[in-house]
Amino acid sequence: MPADRLLQRRVPRWPAATLLCLWSLLCMASGSLRGTGDLGVVIGRADGSLTVIETTHRTALGRIDGLGDLSHASVVFSRDERYAYVFGRDGGLSKVDLLRRRVEKRIVQAGNSIGGAISQDGRVIAVSNYEPGGVRLFDAASLDPVAEIPARSGEGGKRSRVVGLVDAPGDRFVFSLFDAGEIWLAEAGDPGQPVITRFPGIGRQPYDGLITPDGRYYIAGLFGEDGLALLDLWHPEAGVRRILDHYGRGEQALPVYKMPHLEGWARAGDYLFIPAVGHHSVLVVDPHEWKEVTRIALHGQPVFAMARPDGRQVWVNFAFPDNDTVQVIDVDRLEVVRELKPGRAVLHMEFTPRGEQVWVSARDDDRVVVYDTATFGELARLPVPKPSGIFLTARAHRIGL
Amino acid sequence: MFPILLILLLPVALQAAAAPMPEGRQARLTELLLEDCGACHGRTLRGGLGPALTARALEGRDPETLFLTIRDGRPGTAMPPWGPYLKEEEIRWLVEQLQRGAIHAR
Repeated sequence: MPADRLLQRRVPRWPAATLLCLWSLLCMASGSLRGTGDLGVVIGRADGSLTVIETTHRTALGRIDGLGDLSHASVVFSRDERYAYVFGRDGGLSKVDLLRRRVEKRIVQAGNSIGGAISQDGRVIAVSNYEPGGVRLFDAASLDPVAEIPARSGEGGKRSRVVGLVDAPGDRFVFSLFDAGEIWLAEAGDPGQPVITRFPGIGRQPYDGLITPDGRYYIAGLFGEDGLALLDLWHPEAGVRRILDHYGRGEQALPVYKMPHLEGWARAGDYLFIPAVGHHSVLVVDPHEWKEVTRIALHGQPVFAMARPDGRQVWVNFAFPDNDTVQVIDVDRLEVVRELKPGRAVLHMEFTPRGEQVWVSARDDDRVVVYDTATFGELARLPVPKPSGIFLTARAHRIGL
Repeated sequence: MFPILLILLLPVALQAAAAPMPEGRQARLTELLLEDCGACHGRTLRGGLGPALTARALEGRDPETLFLTIRDGRPGTAMPPWGPYLKEEEIRWLVEQLQRGAIHAR
């Protein structure tokens, strides 16, 4: 048989489908093998979606839908930075695979929920709920329920809405009871049997909380009065003390059109920067004495005051109606050095882990703008419908995020 | 002569009372309700730090009280006054839409 005839007969036997399969496998292997350290997600609050982003080339990689009501959503990451746990307003808790870009598992664990945290060892997810008020613990791998902590307090044991939930070293969680005015410390070394320590009488209406980046101090901001509640986790036996009492003294507090968020208060240089509720200023606080050093007048009421990771700058966004503006404070000079207009309704800002970029969401202009933090030049602009929170995977390795 | 004038004026008066909200403004007010009010009351209006604003939750509530709550806020709570940013007829329009359950999140 002539060689050319042999070839003709063999070609059909080498099925085209097999070749195609092999080829696509090769493509997938080379194209999708990647790390997750430069990934992140942007919450789409109107359509309950996540946009997966990467900060190396500053692009959107894809979208994940079907996450329910994300009108007040937050995200924590697994320690391998592969999975995002998304906490939705509707009580939804979703585990999302960033590499495959799909929802691994989704449960609706409460009627109304505000945020969550992941334990130090990465095994437990905690969710803080408004309805029914309390905290629920879940297995991070399976999302199976592990324990429930009803936030009952006072006469009749009414359940309180829970805010400001963070993780703390020692497989602990700390959170605040908005209605009851308490801070609770939950030791979850044995997650099925959390041990609760209550700190009552911390002040009226704690609206959010944060833990310092070293995991030592938990601070709850108070809406119902001027001041903050401080718990030293090295010495919980010493109880909660009030700091920065009456910081608004002598000034009429303005109506608050959006509650400040505290997760971003970070230590920058020698100071902590804290939004003053109802005032157009941030408080600059000495974290050794817990005293106000000075305050910086700003464009509006701050919502987030976020320190660039190196601590040289603090970026601030504002509540309605001043929410088209971002101001940058130089920490060395303690003054505003730059004002930017990323778009209408700026909701969130997130720095890359070493701080050379910041990603900013502008809800009403349906875009995310990326800035160079050294030059303030715009590096990229991505269309995202109604973007709110931006969360990068580097949070996986930070206490309290 | 006088009654005739009154009759002639009547449609004008009726029209003024029920002047429809311009569509662009309706869209902006709806956005404000879902996004900015929704920050506390939930984008689905089922509540959050603030109470639920669904038609069911507002059933039987006095529209005037709701109007005053939006315009002047509720001192001692987190509810701020929206009077500085909204016209009275816009607030009334919002109250009506809320009580009718006419505004929904997508």
